Amino acid sequence: MKLLATYLVGLVFGVGISISGMANPAKVLNFFDIAGAWDPSLIFVMGGALVTTFLGYKLVFGRAAPVFDSAFSLPTARAIDAKLVGGAAVFGIGWGIAGFCPGGSLPALGTGRVEVFLFVAAVVAGLLIARGTTAPFVRRVSA
Amino acid sequence: MIETVFTPWASLAGGVLIGLAATLLMLTLGRVMGATGVLSGVIFPASGAEFAWRAALLAGMVSGPAAIWLVMGEMPAVEVPVSTGALVIGGIIVGMGVTWGSGCTSGHGVCGMARLSPRSIVATVTFMAFTFATVFVLRHVIGG
Repeated sequence: MKLLATYLVGLVFGVGISISGMANPAKVLNFFDIAGAWDPSLIFVMGGALVTTFLGYKLVFGRAAPVFDSAFSLPTARAIDAKLVGGAAVFGIGWGIAGFCPGGSLPALGTGRVEVFLFVAAVVAGLLIARGTTAPFVRRVSA
Repeated sequence: MIETVFTPWASLAGGVLIGLAATLLMLTLGRVMGATGVLSGVIFPASGAEFAWRAALLAGMVSGPAAIWLVMGEMPAVEVPVSTGALVIGGIIVGMGVTWGSGCTSGHGVCGMARLSPRSIVATVTFMAFTFATVFVLRHVIGG
């Protein structure tokens, strides 16, 4: 029951990404190309997603706990440090090069397109590299 | 470069569905909907239970285009205006960045921003700025 519900939530996300244009790198890159073939559609994706989530979370957090668990599992990190900002900057560069972000590419796997599998495989390689190394912009604490 | 059509209504509807999914995941499992966490949790599972819900969520996400195809009669457009090399190099850089930055567009940009998390607001402003700058450099400085 829990996994079926989770599957359906993923399906809603996948349909949303597919309709929105986030699964289409041409559209994503044109959003970021204000000086060129600008396509402002992604403002509507971000706006719609943000407002809906903001209101939705307000309702959900009125509950004591989620339906299938005893407590909400929210991120606990608070630090705004070099790792966060540097990591976000690196992600932005990669997004600008490839045109796919993780949330856009995972549903796009369902189109069966080879390019999407190639991108996701490269992301997995990046995850592996980053897990095995310290970020270059994080100063190592000397003992 | 591929010209694309401005689609405010479809994009708004898609965005609302993304927000609905984020809300429903918080309602059911009490979890943040972050694509980075879903992917890394499936590839490097911490435990069986941590793997199972992410795998179910991922299966649902991947079913999205087929659902569109069933209703509309065609798959959603995936037009790739960059080279295979750019796709692979960009993908590796994305994977490293989202690991160090603890999230991407869905985790920080939607869920974190909706919770007004200062970390997510800083991360989102940063990656958006760097994506704008990268596209500008690639298309107008180098590409010309």
